[in-house]
Parts: sequence; C-alpha cells; structure tokens
Amino acid sequence: MSSKQFEDGITAGRLDAKALDANFSDLHPAYDAHEALVAADRCYFCHDAPCQVACPTSIDIPLFIRQIATGTAESAARTILEDNILGGMCARVCPTETLCEEVCVRETAEGKPVEIGRLQRFATDTLMASGTHPFSRAASTGKKVAVVGAGPAGLACAHRLAMHGHDAVIFEARAKGGGLNEFGIAAYKSTNDFAQAEVDWLLKIGGIEIRYSSGLGDGISLDSLQADFDAVFLGMGLGGVNALRLDGEDKDGVMPATSFIEELRQATDLTGMSIGRRVVVVGGGMTAIDAGAQAKLLGAQDVTIVYRRGQEAMAASEFEQDLAAQKGVRIIHNATPIGIEGNGSLTGVRFAYTETQNGKLVTLEDGFTLPADQLFTAIGQSLTGAPDALDTAGGKITVGDTGQTSVAGVWAGGDCASGGDDLTVTAVAEGRDAAMNIHATLMGEA
Amino acid sequence: MADLTTDFLGIKSPNPFWLASAPPTDKEYNVRRAFEAGWGGVVWKTLGSEGPPVVNVNGPRYGAIHGADRRLLGLNNIELITDRSLETNLEEMTRVKKDYPDHALIASIMVPCEEAAWKAILPRVMETGCDGIELNFGCPHGMAERGMGSAVGQVPEYIQMVTEWCKKYYDKPVIVKLTPNITDVRFPARAAKAGGADAVSLINTINSITSVNLDAMSPEPMIDGKGTHGGYCGPAVKPIAMNMVAEIARDAETRGLPISGIGGITTWRDAAEFMVLGAGNVQVCTAAMTYGFKIVQEMISGMSQWMDEQGYTSTSDFIGKAVPNVTDWQYLNLNHITKARIDQDACIKCGRCYAACEDTSHQAISMTEDRVFDVKDDECVACNLCVNVCPVENCITMEVLQPGAMDERTGKVVEADYANWTTHPNNPSSTAAE
Ligand SMILES: Cc1cc2nc3c(=O)[nH]c(=O)nc-3n(C[C@H](O)[C@H](O)[C@H](O)COP(=O)(O)OP(=O)(O)OC[C@H]3O[C@@H](n4cnc5c(N)ncnc54)[C@H](O)[C@@H]3O)c2cc1C
Ligand SMILES: Cc1cc2nc3c(=O)[nH]c(=O)nc-3n(C[C@H](O)[C@H](O)[C@H](O)COP(=O)(O)O)c2cc1C
Ligand code: SF4
Repeated sequence: MSSKQFEDGITAGRLDAKALDANFSDLHPAYDAHEALVAADRCYFCHDAPCQVACPTSIDIPLFIRQIATGTAESAARTILEDNILGGMCARVCPTETLCEEVCVRETAEGKPVEIGRLQRFATDTLMASGTHPFSRAASTGKKVAVVGAGPAGLACAHRLAMHGHDAVIFEARAKGGGLNEFGIAAYKSTNDFAQAEVDWLLKIGGIEIRYSSGLGDGISLDSLQADFDAVFLGMGLGGVNALRLDGEDKDGVMPATSFIEELRQATDLTGMSIGRRVVVVGGGMTAIDAGAQAKLLGAQDVTIVYRRGQEAMAASEFEQDLAAQKGVRIIHNATPIGIEGNGSLTGVRFAYTETQNGKLVTLEDGFTLPADQLFTAIGQSLTGAPDALDTAGGKITVGDTGQTSVAGVWAGGDCASGGDDLTVTAVAEGRDAAMNIHATLMGEA
Repeated sequence: MADLTTDFLGIKSPNPFWLASAPPTDKEYNVRRAFEAGWGGVVWKTLGSEGPPVVNVNGPRYGAIHGADRRLLGLNNIELITDRSLETNLEEMTRVKKDYPDHALIASIMVPCEEAAWKAILPRVMETGCDGIELNFGCPHGMAERGMGSAVGQVPEYIQMVTEWCKKYYDKPVIVKLTPNITDVRFPARAAKAGGADAVSLINTINSITSVNLDAMSPEPMIDGKGTHGGYCGPAVKPIAMNMVAEIARDAETRGLPISGIGGITTWRDAAEFMVLGAGNVQVCTAAMTYGFKIVQEMISGMSQWMDEQGYTSTSDFIGKAVPNVTDWQYLNLNHITKARIDQDACIKCGRCYAACEDTSHQAISMTEDRVFDVKDDECVACNLCVNVCPVENCITMEVLQPGAMDERTGKVVEADYANWTTHPNNPSSTAAE
C-alpha cells in the first residue's frame, strides 16, 4: 500500500498501475471454449423458455445455447444479434440476476442458473473477433430517418432501419458514440474499449451516418429534422441530474456520480485519476453502487453509500449491492443528507435518520456526520432538451407500445421515453421496435 | 448461409432433416407444426391394413437410460404402428401434402406378407399425393410376433419379395427401412436392391431391455408386473447405426444405393457424420421427442455454418465423402506409428491416464511424487486410452513418428512404406512375396 493511501483530500495515484489494472479487470472474465461447452451443457432447452420471456429483447436463449453446445458459436451469435444488436454489451452489463438468469429453471431447481450472460458473451465475442458483420441491407427504400443520440436506443434503431434498406443519420451531441455504454457503465464491465469497438462493428452494416457534436437544440430543431427526413427517432437518454437541493452543493468535491464515472471512463491512465480519501455517495441505484465501488477500486480509504430507504427498496440488485460490499464499500440505509460541511472545500456530510410511517418517509431528529472530502450524488437523472412539442409525463417523453410520441412522424425510446426500466437492454428493445414501426409506417404497412 | 436444399430420389426438400416414422409424425397436427418449425420432410407414422387398427398398451411404453445430469441418452419403446384408422391417416396426409408441396412426405407401410395386402393399400397411398413409400421391415416388438416388421426384415428373401410387389403396384420411390436386429446388415440391403428398392433407410430400433425393476423383478417399462423387450433408439445407438450405413455404402453390391440415415441423430454434426458416410439425408425421432421440433433450427444453422466454413455449396458436395476412408482392419497401415504426448501446461494432474494405463493397459505412463505424468516411449503402444480418459481436451495427443525415427518400444526404425496385415510376416495366410 502506498503512502498516498492515507493522504487527505482529493488526489491521484493512491494505488500503483499494477493494483489499478487488477482492480479494473473484467468483472466476469470471458469463458474459454471448454468452459463454454460445460456451461452450455447445463441448459435444458426449455420449451417456451422462461429466460427468453424475461429478456427485454426476447433473445432465443435456449437456441443460442444449443448452438454453442454443438460447436457453432457464430450461429449462436447470429441468433442473439438478430434480436439484440448490442448483444455483446448486454452480455456484459445486463443485471442478469434480475432478468433471464433469475427465472432460469436451474435457478429454481438448484439456486444456480445457467450462466446465460457469460455464454452470450462467448458467442458474440467469437463472432466479433472474426471481424465479420452477419447482416446485410435490404434494397434501398430511398427513405431517410433522423436518429437523435448514439446511445443504445439510437444505435439499435439505426441498425434495424439500415437492415430494412432505409438510410439513417444519427445526430449525436457528443464527440463519441455509445451513450452511457461509453460514459456511464462501470469500467470493469466494459474493458478494452469494448463500447467503441462495438459501435464500429455495428456500423459495418452500412447506411448509417453519425454526425458528432451535433446536438438537437444546438442549431438543430425538431422542425428542421422533420422537414429534412421521413421520420425522426429520439434516443437522447437522460442528460440532466437531480440535485440534493442543499446549501453548499456547489463546494469543491461535490459532484454528480455520473460526472465522476464519465471522467473515469474517459481516463486513458487511471494513475492520473483523482479520488478522495473519504468518499460519500448518496443514492440507492446502479449509479450509486458503481460510483462507490469504483471510488474504492481507485484507492479511496473509506467509501460509504447512504440511501434514504431500507435495503429492500434499493434499485440496485442484491448482486450489485454484494459486489460493492465485497470491494469494501459500506452501505448505510435509512438516512438522508441534511447538510454539507466545509469552508470552500468539503469536509463532511450531515445525515438524519429516516423512517417509513404509514407509507411515508419521515426524517427523524437523530443523525450523524460522515467526514468526507468527496461527495457523489446519485439520486437520479432527468430529461433535458426534449422538444417542447412533445407530451411528457413523469419526466419522460410519452410514447405508445411502438414508440410513437404525441407528434406524428416522431418516435422515441430508451431512457428518455416512458415505459420499461432504464437499462441498456430495454433501450435496445425500444430502439429496435420503434424502427420496426417506423419501417412499417414508411412502407405504408402500419 | 449455405443452401441446404436436398434431392433424395428426386424428392426435393428444403433441407436434409426429415422426421422418422414415429410419434412425432403420427398425425396432421404434429406434421404441420413440424413443417412450420423447419423440418424438411416427414415419414408418416407407419400405416397398417384397412380395418380395425392395432391397439397399444395402456400403461407406460417407454424406458430410458439417463446420463448423470438426466440427459436422455437412450430411449426404448414398445409402441406399435399407428393405432388410428387407415382412412383417417390417408385423409390427413392428402391435406398436408396439398398445403406443403415443397416438403417431403413419405408414407411408411407395414401390412401382412401377402401380395394381396400390398396390392390393396398401395393405390390408396398413391392417391394421397405423397412423394414415396417406406417399407417398415424394422419394428422389433409386437408387430414382429405377428409376422411383420423385423420378422420380414430378418429374412432377405421376404424383403426382396415384398419390395418387388411394391415396385409392381406403385410408381414412386420405394424406400426399404432396415432392422439392425440381424448379424450382417449387408444381406438385407442387397435383398432390397435386388427387389428393386430405390433406397434403404436405417436403422430402426434395436431389441433391448433398458432397466429392470429390482423390487418387482420385472423389466421396465412394466405393464402390470411384466415387461417385454422394446426398441432402443436415441444418442446411444448412433455408433451402431453409422457403422451399418457405412457398410452398405461401401459394399460392392450395394454401393451407390441411396441411403436415408437414421439412429441417434441429435445435432447438425450427427447429421453431417451420417451424410459423409453415405446417407443422402437423415431422419430423426428421439431428439425431437426429447427437445421438441425446435432443434431443427440448430441443425439448419449448424450445417449451414459448417458448409460455409468448408466451402460446400450444396449437400451433394459432401455426401459420401468419407466412404473411401472406411476400410477393413486388414488394410490399415501397420507402419503408421504414434506415441502419446502429455502437454504439461494443460495437465490438471488428475492421474486418470496413469490409472488407466497402469492398471489396464501397457504401464506406459510414469508418475512422480509431485504428480508429473509422462509417457514412456518404450512401453507406449499408442492405444489412445489415455487420450480418451483425460478430462482436458487436447491435453494428451498422439504424435506421429516420422520415417527414420526410432520406435523405442520395438527398437525398430519407422519405415516410410505402407504395409498392412495381408503382407505381414506373422500372418499365416500372408500374401507377401518375400
Ligand atoms: C452510472 C450508470 C451505470 C449504469 N449501469 C448499467 C448497467 O450495468 N446495466 C444496464 O443495463 N444499464 C445500466 N445503466 C443504464 C443504461 O446505461 C441506460 O439505460 C442506457 O444507456 C439508455 O440508453 P439510451 O440510448 O436511452 O440513452 P444514453 O445511453 O444516455 O444515450 C443517449 C445519447 O444521446 C446523446 N444526446 C443527449 N442529448 C442529445 C441531444 N440533445 N442531441 C443529440 N444527442 C443527444 C447522448 O450524448 C448519448 O450519446 C447505467 C446507467 C448509469 C448512469
Ligand atoms: C415411440 C417410437 C415409435 C416408433 N414407431 C415407428 C414406426 O411406427 N415405424 C417405423 O418405421 N419406425 C418407428 N420407430 C423407429 C424410428 O422411426 C427410428 O427409426 C428410431 O427411433 C431411430 O431413430 P432415433 O434414434 O432418431 O430415434 C419408432 C420409434 C419410437 C421411439
Ligand atoms: S431457463 Fe435456463 S435451462 Fe431453461 S432454456 Fe433458459 S437457460 Fe436453458
């Protein structure tokens, strides 16, 4: 352990390069060929398989596992990618413990599901390593569709449109594609720059142009897109973050967890990445867990996640909570922040205990103060920059089953749209399904 | 994706995967769903003569052999031919064939060994529009006691006689389905050919008792305290079936006679293996009964992927491709010498190779105190047992000794020339000209 470990304040290089490498290596390492065969052999090839029903993109899981078992991982990949073009990323980031693997009949039988996520990764990695793209485009329809946002929803939508012979132009506000795959997902879930490799591979289908640094609202309006294109899909995610609304939130050392993660994901050398000695994270979702765990892995000495309700109410899965705990993160339940301490720089965060009385969360008198030189807020993201013309509800663009918004010719999907959980896989499903409806509408089949 | 369209006896099907005559093909409902699921063809459950249909037992019909994780390895059944009326079956077949003109539909038939019986049923089958017939000379239980099924299939003269009748009264392809319950499958195959058969299909099920109930002292499946031998099928019978297919494919008298391969086919790879051994297409029963119709999707994708990888554009590119390499023992090259090699990096030190070789083979593997296993070249006869018992794939492999190298076991230098038993000095009837 280096002496930097005990240095107060926010500083880089708390751990050496070797320790950082080990800490940020693959969360679920890739199977080798033999391991994949053994894991695949456990699948019962269930009829009307519960795993497939649980998958938001409805991947034919028993079929692809059988294809792995019979030595044709490339065919397995095709089966996966037909339903989920970001099957490679989803294999890495899906909370499978609450999706397919939760309902696997072997989980029911023996508490140990078929490792569907890792098998999916084996198949998609095998195909992607061959450098080939398994899909080709239908004859050109001459139709052009504008897609806003190159995140999972936008990419899935554009790819499906391209497959059907439409031309897609993606308007992306940032200088890089991938959305939260690139800027949000925990580093140990997407190693070796996988997000960019996947975007490059996806674009091989052709017919998709990405215009970077071209945000909607940034000289580009919904009206102009509607005028220039036959249809518009919005997949802009949730760009804003919710504030704690406490005095002192502007102090040095206080920042949204998403900004911290983004900085971490973009860092080329983790030894240059600063982190506090004592870090406090406020929130109870995947973002809070990821921020806490990665702060610890960067070398923070004390990391505490504080959530205002009980453990059962946390949006992060039990697996995710355990993961953070294993890495040495402490999780405190039933406490809410009431004050930020420090002159200029942060020194501590004051909390009050909470209790649920008659279904309502009540803040109690009792409390405690956690010393802190860094505070990450992770109490939710919010919709920003949605065109005014669209109906919204509960902070999301209102859409129907097929992604249609209140404005004809405009579809939306992913985190920015109503319905479904805020997950990569859900964004892919919504982008894909919206593309199918756009296709049907443009071809007069809807 | 490679084109799997297959032409068997002029009968086209979208792929070479047919369902064998059995419960999966017992009725219209099943067959329609099978075609929708992707099966290329179907051999309808065996039809019997006009009149009251046969009756099945009303207790269990199946017995099974399971692997450790309850994977179904072998199935045995005491089911008879269709127990629905001929009329119903023919009507259903007519409807199905009309709706699926591009899929193969074959009628399987088993009627008494009398010319009149065949003469009566064949025109009726013709009317359904089905693509051909398969003569069920295979069922080893029940029907055989009544002089049909394998009772016919075990007598080459009967096979030839019935095949001749069928060729006389029926114009479309006639496939003769063979029973494996004989000593040499080439004799019934030759008889089928002599009778004018367009093809043979094999195997039907193998006589078997899968298990015995040690409390009731009766074979399973048990019907009121008694059991009977049934027909064995599923993955366990595949090696037996493949040998029989290969024997017919390479026999001088039957070479070139089309073969429909059956027996234990569960994956695309099994199908490919039958086909390179000479089968023009394959039929599947147990795998569909175990996993449902959907497995054909894996068979289709797997065979296409393999064909693409190999550069085959049509199934005819590889059918029979391994037949020239199936030979008699006496023609194997006795100068081809190999030695086992253990990859020390891959070895997990379980010691299974040591136990196998030390206790039951040639004491050719050494073991050190710290569990390093090595091959003793002066003892290794290259039997391959260590390779087969090793749990790590490719950890133990066979290295071919090149000509000029020394075989430490025999003390002889490896010769470059091919030499087999027919010319070996130890062979009393050696034909070598010394
Ligand atoms: C920290 C964190 C960790 C997560 N971990 C997981 C996980 O492990 N597993 C999981 O399944 N999900 C996880 N999620 C959720 C998941 O990342 C999202 O649900 C998913 O990325 C949503 O996809 P999307 O395409 O709707 O939006 P985004 O991924 O947010 O992509 C939106 C894109 O639109 C662009 N954009 C925004 N505004 C504009 C504009 N005005 N004009 C043009 N472009 C614009 C953005 O730059 C971005 O590229 C996590 C989320 C966060 C924040
Ligand atoms: C329950 C059952 C019933 C069968 N009935 C028939 C039949 O009526 N006619 C026939 O030719 N073969 C019949 N068979 C044999 C199959 O068609 C096939 O030849 C055999 O099962 C081997 O193939 P498999 O290993 O794929 O199952 C039957 C098999 C089973 C399991
Ligand atoms: S639920 Fe489990 S066992 Fe069943 S098909 Fe899915 S992965 Fe296989």
